[in-house]
Amino acid sequence: MKLREDQIERYSRQILLPNVGGKGQEKLLNAKVLIIGAGGLGSPAGLYLASAGIGKIGIVDSDVVELNNLQRQILHATSDVGNAKVLSAKERLNNINPDVEVIAHRLRLTSENILDVIKDYDIILDGSDNFPTRYLVNDACVLSEKPLSHGGILKFDGQAITILPGKSACYRCLFPEPPPPGLVPSCQEAGILGAVAGLIGTIQANEVLKYILGIGDLLTGKLLIFNALDPSFRQVKVPKDPKCQLCGERPTVTELIDYEEFCHVRSSQTLSVD
Amino acid sequence: MDEARIDERIDLSGVICPNNFVKTKLKLEEMKQGQILEAILDNGEPIRDVPRAGKEKGPPILKVEKIGNKWRLLIKKV
Repeated sequence: MKLREDQIERYSRQILLPNVGGKGQEKLLNAKVLIIGAGGLGSPAGLYLASAGIGKIGIVDSDVVELNNLQRQILHATSDVGNAKVLSAKERLNNINPDVEVIAHRLRLTSENILDVIKDYDIILDGSDNFPTRYLVNDACVLSEKPLSHGGILKFDGQAITILPGKSACYRCLFPEPPPPGLVPSCQEAGILGAVAGLIGTIQANEVLKYILGIGDLLTGKLLIFNALDPSFRQVKVPKDPKCQLCGERPTVTELIDYEEFCHVRSSQTLSVD
Repeated sequence: MDEARIDERIDLSGVICPNNFVKTKLKLEEMKQGQILEAILDNGEPIRDVPRAGKEKGPPILKVEKIGNKWRLLIKKV
């Protein structure tokens, strides 16, 4: 593969970097990244990954753009309100960089479709905003051995971790089960500062770029925690849990779970007992 | 320096900084260890910057000579 003149110009500032060069740029142009959620995390991540020249970017989202999204979901514009997020995302990324093939997956991920959606990608970037999807993505990535960058945000806080299935701690090593519905508020209820989403989404993009280039250290086995008010970054070591239900020595989670239904069932059972 | 040993040539006349860098780097990447690249650079900023970058962290520059209003560099791929 030979870089075109316009590509040499476009990517010159990263080709200059030690350990990137033309070979690194070719790796990026041949890479396939799936972004789950074209929201607060997926937006900045998508912008940087497209700008860097990732060859193929898939975006999963079933929602349409709402006016209240625009405070943090910087892929979309006011004129996109009412349109599918995957379509405005695709248009924006293609405008930035026509080298990138953007695949719009307008769907909600379930245990039925997720393995098929992720199978063609090299690495998955989870920017989802709910626990059922987060666990589904973690489980699907571990079961199909796909590297995963996780990010989460709420109010003034953010976190990120990178998961190399079988090698480093997965999301269930950290948090074995989703919290009961209603216990942890969502951004919809608790609020979120847009710049916090920007930081965490950008950290996720950075993880993906390093993974593809094979440079530096990844956020594997350590959870990065950001607080915007202090402001502070902390790292907490997270060893792989040998008792993890998913990636431990005796796994009990061996197939995908659609938590929404499961949680509803459980909450109604709890109610009837009470 | 054995002039007969030049393996590749790149003419960077009219190519501004840092694109002349980038192109030199890309050319060197394609070459084999120990091969010699002859690069032609413009006077001014390019000749001030390229050898400096070479000294900091890059391949050794074996020769720098002025030819008219241009410069000729011999760079070894390491």
